[in-house]
Amino acid sequence: MKHRTFFWFILPTLSAMILFIALPIVSVFIQSLYVGHEQVLVVSESCGPFGCTETTSVDLEATEALREEAPLGRFNGAETYLNRSHLAFAEIGVAWAEAETWGSFWNDVRDLPFYRALAFTLTYTAVVTPFVLVLGLAIALGVNTLPRMLKGPSIFVSLLPFLVTPLVGSLILFWMVDGDGVIGATILYLFDDPNLSLKASATLTWTMLIIYGIWHTLPFSFITFYAGLQTVPSDTLEAAKIDGANKWQSMLYVVVPHLMPLVSFVTLMLLMDNFRVFEPIVSFKAEAHATSLSWIIYNDLRESGNPLYGSAGATSILTIIGVIILLTPVLIRTWRDFNRKAH
Amino acid sequence: MATERDTQLTPGKIIAFSLVGLWLVVAAFPFFWTFWGSFKVQADFFSKADWTNALWGPQTIAETGSPFTGQGYAGAWITEEFWRNFINTGIVTVSTVVISLTIGTLGGYALARSGFKYAFWLLMAALVFRAMPHITLVSGYLMPFFEWNIWGHLPTTIIVLVAINQPFTLWMLHSFFLNIPKDMDESAMVDGCTRFQAFRHVIVPVMWPGVITTGLFSFLLAYNDFAVTAMLLSDQNETIIPAINSFLGTTQVEGKVMYAVAAVVSATAPLFVLILFFQRQIVSGLTAGAVKG
Repeated sequence: MKHRTFFWFILPTLSAMILFIALPIVSVFIQSLYVGHEQVLVVSESCGPFGCTETTSVDLEATEALREEAPLGRFNGAETYLNRSHLAFAEIGVAWAEAETWGSFWNDVRDLPFYRALAFTLTYTAVVTPFVLVLGLAIALGVNTLPRMLKGPSIFVSLLPFLVTPLVGSLILFWMVDGDGVIGATILYLFDDPNLSLKASATLTWTMLIIYGIWHTLPFSFITFYAGLQTVPSDTLEAAKIDGANKWQSMLYVVVPHLMPLVSFVTLMLLMDNFRVFEPIVSFKAEAHATSLSWIIYNDLRESGNPLYGSAGATSILTIIGVIILLTPVLIRTWRDFNRKAH
Repeated sequence: MATERDTQLTPGKIIAFSLVGLWLVVAAFPFFWTFWGSFKVQADFFSKADWTNALWGPQTIAETGSPFTGQGYAGAWITEEFWRNFINTGIVTVSTVVISLTIGTLGGYALARSGFKYAFWLLMAALVFRAMPHITLVSGYLMPFFEWNIWGHLPTTIIVLVAINQPFTLWMLHSFFLNIPKDMDESAMVDGCTRFQAFRHVIVPVMWPGVITTGLFSFLLAYNDFAVTAMLLSDQNETIIPAINSFLGTTQVEGKVMYAVAAVVSATAPLFVLILFFQRQIVSGLTAGAVKG
């Protein structure tokens, strides 16, 4: 295709992506270098018969004027990145110097909002992804042995948790595990402990969110693997059988290697989706025990009346860097493939 | 032909069947439970005394005289005017799907037919864009949108959702167009068509299966979005998902939780119908990216 034709074909989609994806990233970066204006304070002296008193008050008009004039706020450089709510190197240094054991160091670091969110996001991603891969493969193998009549309905049922709106799906689960909901009440009954509450314990909150994550993403890996199973060459399977391989061996040496390219694809998709975990924390109202990177950005922006653009911007940039680190192996591999094809 | 070995129930098969059965119950039960419970009063659905109350609904009978009540739905749809949010969602999703498919097909076709290096780099950039959490972009929109006074309107949100949709749409349609033989449009060009005419008369008639599949996923992305719509729409323009979330903020009052339950069931219903009719396309779309690498 000629360059000129290519240009006209790609122009609408490219301009949409530049205007609303690339430029916002630049705007986020610029925002992150600024902080909101401080309020303009005026000191007025009122003198009465008993001497003078100084009163300090906020000059609303002047503050408003300042905001009008420079909506970005005042320049702050990299300060926002380094403050307590983000990378907090100073606080970590202090914690390192004072902590006597690894445990107490970790406890100090876990109190910092950014690291708290990072810890949950990474744990969630690292636990949900392997669980979903293994369970998805197991269920795909199971459904593959079902009679043909049952395959369609079981795929239909499986699609529900995956396609349901994340906010809605997590609400549905939340209402069930709530103290008065069916699962929550049963757990209370089983453990015979009326004070046991899923919401009050950090461990239980994390478990609940991770279970939601598995429930929500399992269908994706299941369906992809199931589709892959349909393309396993039957000749190879038969040859393995003739050579005396039992079912388990032919699965391990024929089926699994055939599915390997799919495994890397599913892993990539799962990593991308799990890293942005956000809605379940809103639905489960779990912010007291678990926050994610996406959630702290949302929280900064939602500060009604006075959104913390600078802080949200800094977290966003750090998150984007995280995503790129996550994707680096994939990008490098695709680049190598492309070069191999080109030469 | 089923041999004896295939029809026998081996221990492996029993484990496989029970695993599948367990998964199907786990997958479907929450939906049945919430659907059933949405016709009860709060004292039954969130019963402190006995969970079986949610099944038979003694409180519902006591309060309304029948084991099923539409109170939750009436409250959500009429009192809280949920139908407004539904109309907004309709406008947003339909416009997003139509616009993103229109510009996505053009771009996806160009990427599939261009062998130059920049096409590869565009696809890589799209992959990175696709991986970014949407909320990171939202923090970049808010301040300029407030400055230009375009915050809160439906068209702004539609354009933003179209743009966020593009990386995915491009990847999917690109791999789909790669499967349409090059010879088709090239022979049309040999016959004297321009590139656009060849696209219009040769490619457009055969591209619908791929476009429909991609459209389904664009629809899901727009319909399921919470981060963008919650931050960019004003109260009167809210779509259903942020509306459900704001219900929860104000529903500490007795009985109002059931409004949210009814709203949640109402929001799931369109998705249920979608899966019912398009299951085959959804499954093929999920695996399209995988099979073609």
